[in-house]
Amino acid sequence: MKIGIPAEIHKDEPRVAATPQNVLRLQKQGFEVFIEKDAGLKSQYTNQEYVDAGAQVLDSAKEVYKTADIILKVQAPTPEEIKLMHKDQVSLSYLWPAQNDELLKQLATKGVNAIAMDAIPRISRAQKMDVLSSMANIAGYRAVIESANYFGRFLNGQITAAGKVDPAKVLVIGAGVAGLASIGTAHSLGAIVRAFDTRMEVEEQIQSMGAQFLKVEIEEDGSTDSGYSKVMSKEFIEAEMALFKEQAKDVDIIITTAQIPGRKAPVLILKEHVEVMKPGSVIVDLAASTGGNCELTKDGKVYTTDNGVTIIGKLDQLPKQASQLYGNNLAHLLDDMGKAENFKIDMDDDVVSRAMVTYNGKINWPPEPLPVSPQKPKAEVNVQVEEKESPEKIARKKAISTVISLGVIGLFLFLIGKVAPSEFMGHFTVFVLAVFVGWQVIWNVTHALHTPLMSVTNAISGIIVIGGLLQMQDSLSNPLSIIAFLAILVASINIVGGFFVTHRMLKMFKK
Amino acid sequence: MISAQIQTAAYLFASILFILSLGGLSSQETAKRGVWYGIVGMAIAILSTVLGDDVSGYVYIIIAIAIASLIGIIVARKVEMTAMPQLVAILHSFVGLAAVLVGFGSYIDPKAHALSGAEHTIHLVEVFIGVFIGAITFTGSIIAWGKLDGKIRSKPLLYPGRHTVNIILVIISIVLGVLFVQAEGTSGMLYLAIMTAIASFIGVMLVMAIGGADMPVVVSMLNSYSGWAAAAAGFMLGNDLLIVTGALVGSSGAILSIIMCEAMNRSFLSVIFGGFGDAPVATEGAIEGEVTSINHDEAAQLLRDAKKILIVPGYGMAVAKAQYPIYDMVQYLQSKGKEVTFGIHPVAGRLPGHMNVLLAEANVPYDIVLEMEEVNDDMDKTDVVMVIGANDIVNPGALDDASSPIYGMPVIEVWNATNVIVMKRSMATGYAGVQNPLFYKENTDMLYGDAKDSVDKINMALKS
Repeated sequence: MKIGIPAEIHKDEPRVAATPQNVLRLQKQGFEVFIEKDAGLKSQYTNQEYVDAGAQVLDSAKEVYKTADIILKVQAPTPEEIKLMHKDQVSLSYLWPAQNDELLKQLATKGVNAIAMDAIPRISRAQKMDVLSSMANIAGYRAVIESANYFGRFLNGQITAAGKVDPAKVLVIGAGVAGLASIGTAHSLGAIVRAFDTRMEVEEQIQSMGAQFLKVEIEEDGSTDSGYSKVMSKEFIEAEMALFKEQAKDVDIIITTAQIPGRKAPVLILKEHVEVMKPGSVIVDLAASTGGNCELTKDGKVYTTDNGVTIIGKLDQLPKQASQLYGNNLAHLLDDMGKAENFKIDMDDDVVSRAMVTYNGKINWPPEPLPVSPQKPKAEVNVQVEEKESPEKIARKKAISTVISLGVIGLFLFLIGKVAPSEFMGHFTVFVLAVFVGWQVIWNVTHALHTPLMSVTNAISGIIVIGGLLQMQDSLSNPLSIIAFLAILVASINIVGGFFVTHRMLKMFKK
Repeated sequence: MISAQIQTAAYLFASILFILSLGGLSSQETAKRGVWYGIVGMAIAILSTVLGDDVSGYVYIIIAIAIASLIGIIVARKVEMTAMPQLVAILHSFVGLAAVLVGFGSYIDPKAHALSGAEHTIHLVEVFIGVFIGAITFTGSIIAWGKLDGKIRSKPLLYPGRHTVNIILVIISIVLGVLFVQAEGTSGMLYLAIMTAIASFIGVMLVMAIGGADMPVVVSMLNSYSGWAAAAAGFMLGNDLLIVTGALVGSSGAILSIIMCEAMNRSFLSVIFGGFGDAPVATEGAIEGEVTSINHDEAAQLLRDAKKILIVPGYGMAVAKAQYPIYDMVQYLQSKGKEVTFGIHPVAGRLPGHMNVLLAEANVPYDIVLEMEEVNDDMDKTDVVMVIGANDIVNPGALDDASSPIYGMPVIEVWNATNVIVMKRSMATGYAGVQNPLFYKENTDMLYGDAKDSVDKINMALKS
């Protein structure tokens, strides 16, 4: 099987669908890799690096399309590119099938089997191929770095000889992959991070990344089966807006990441919010390309409002990193499809059949909705709460049980004393005291020495040899002597073997 | 020959030495001294007994001790550290056997029949109890040895109504005991013999019912029994040294059992009478995610990129004898400036402290070998965790899956680290027979194969 990687022709697309490292991996899967000359330049990968990795560099896109069985791309192919494709060629790229009817038709007519990487279902099994997640991760990271660049202060708090610096306060709206990545990055730079999301289930995730979870007074859960949030009620939105207004006065940086697939992004930060922000504050709008979460965002532009708030509507995509992750996602998908040897388009496979938007000349879109797994069962866990008792009550109970058990022990000893001869009582005293001593001593033994402890006690319990010694008679014809002989024998093995092996073990322990 | 008073004084001295010996094991620095206390104590005890008035037949005593010493030294020299559990188990059985023999001897010893009235009755009860405990210890330890050595399959053998059978057997033994005490002279021998057979059977069934993962508890429990058997022998012979020593060993074993049970969050009684296997099986299929595997080069790369590395060994390391190459790897990583520690779960392996001994054998300094709580606190700062041949002790289900049979057992929370490499022979379940959701976690990668082999290959990849 031959894989072809044409250069991206979209002028704003710096990524490439496979890095030299990805090429190595694809070859391991058994593919032959062909790449168009200079395809990796914008992502800082040279032709030589590709050659070193074992790819063959071709001069033109035409040759690549002609040679390859599978085409790896980042952006959706343009009509010109589709003309270069041939029947039964497999193409992997972004396609946005919901918005691109015309494109799907062209691909289907051409007989191309096109996989839309953005249509990979968001189920656990497919996480490793989820390009949206891996790109969102980068965007989240970059949003913080970019905002720090425009923000005129430190993010972390410091106490220096020159005075005290307060930490910056960052508000992250939407705790998807990008939001969580932003939270993590901002937190690790030392900022105070707060986050908001309509889905209650993400509270734990937000907290685990180091942010405070903001809530509105109204209880409403925005989660849906698809993993994205639903549109909330009017009351909820009003409460949400009030919350944002209050926060806007306080925070220094706002990062918005709320997007709903196939729709315009919800407007969350209004003009009036921006107006109350402090001069020098920064807003990063990751939803800029789908309309923006902030009313004042200008897509593809960075500008400063009249009251000194910088609004960032475009982000550098870290092409080198992004290409690497994107390429990994593609390689994982090819891995799942059987690698080069058993490459197969399996339409019974949930992941493939949903992402394969054109197949055998037909359009295969939209697919049946598929809930995100894992779905936690909604049923409430019935926790049996034990009745909490007051400390005094517990203490009294404890005292009573101590008195009772001491009473039982006393009674038991009294009964023994009544029937047993005095000699037995002497031995019994020794026995009980020895148990107590042992109990006190052994708790001090460290975990690491439990095995030596066991072999030492083993050796010591060979003391039973004394029983045999006392029973030994002069003549072996006496059955008692034979029994005693055997007892001495086995007990002595224990003593010698036990001490010896303990010694051997302890010799090995060293600092 | 020495007088009875001096003998008592010598016994007292020996008892003190034994207590000091066990106390010495509280830390690595004093442990060696502790063993010497034990050896000196034992020598004093034996010498003062032999030199006492009651002893005769020196020739046979010397012969028996000489043979035993030879066997003991050879076995102790030859045994591999990975086979320590087996050795400990078989040595327990010797104590049990000796207790049975001493019990029988005491019964036919004419000196004992000079007693009369309540003293005689108490003596017979002591003999009976001593033999009972001794026989259970004897056969139980042999089964434990067989299971640990792989001669008997470690799956718990459970049959319906086994509790009833055991109770009936104990009741029969009590009845036999009453008959035995009432019998004249040595005519009770038959009852004693039948009871010995029954006790032996109980010993077998008790340990057969216990699964492999509970072995540390069983071994420490048998350790405790062997102590009680010695104490019982002390009562029947009226010998305080035996009583003291037996009680020390008995409580030591009991404490170890309790520690092990706490480490597995299981009640002592349920281990002894239950067997792990009959706990409700967790609802399968609830595990999300996918198992990803890596090869040795990729594992080496992860290690190269890491700053803080934790190694969690389990029984699989012992089986593969991987401790030597592991320490090679550790030394190499340390020379590259990485922080490498070991995290030991209290029940890793088949014997309390098993892992510590194996690592010590490979010269791993004990100050980088840490306990579960210590490593759990630092887990989120750890870059790579290598789990080597361990399963149940790193199972997240123990914390969050109430239907899991090991639910509530404290575990090493390796999944909180950035990356986890799990070295395992296959996807098979651990001794508890539970699936491990850890393997399905996103930050977990499996590295299949024999542990020693894998570590060797990683070593090669690291150094190349």
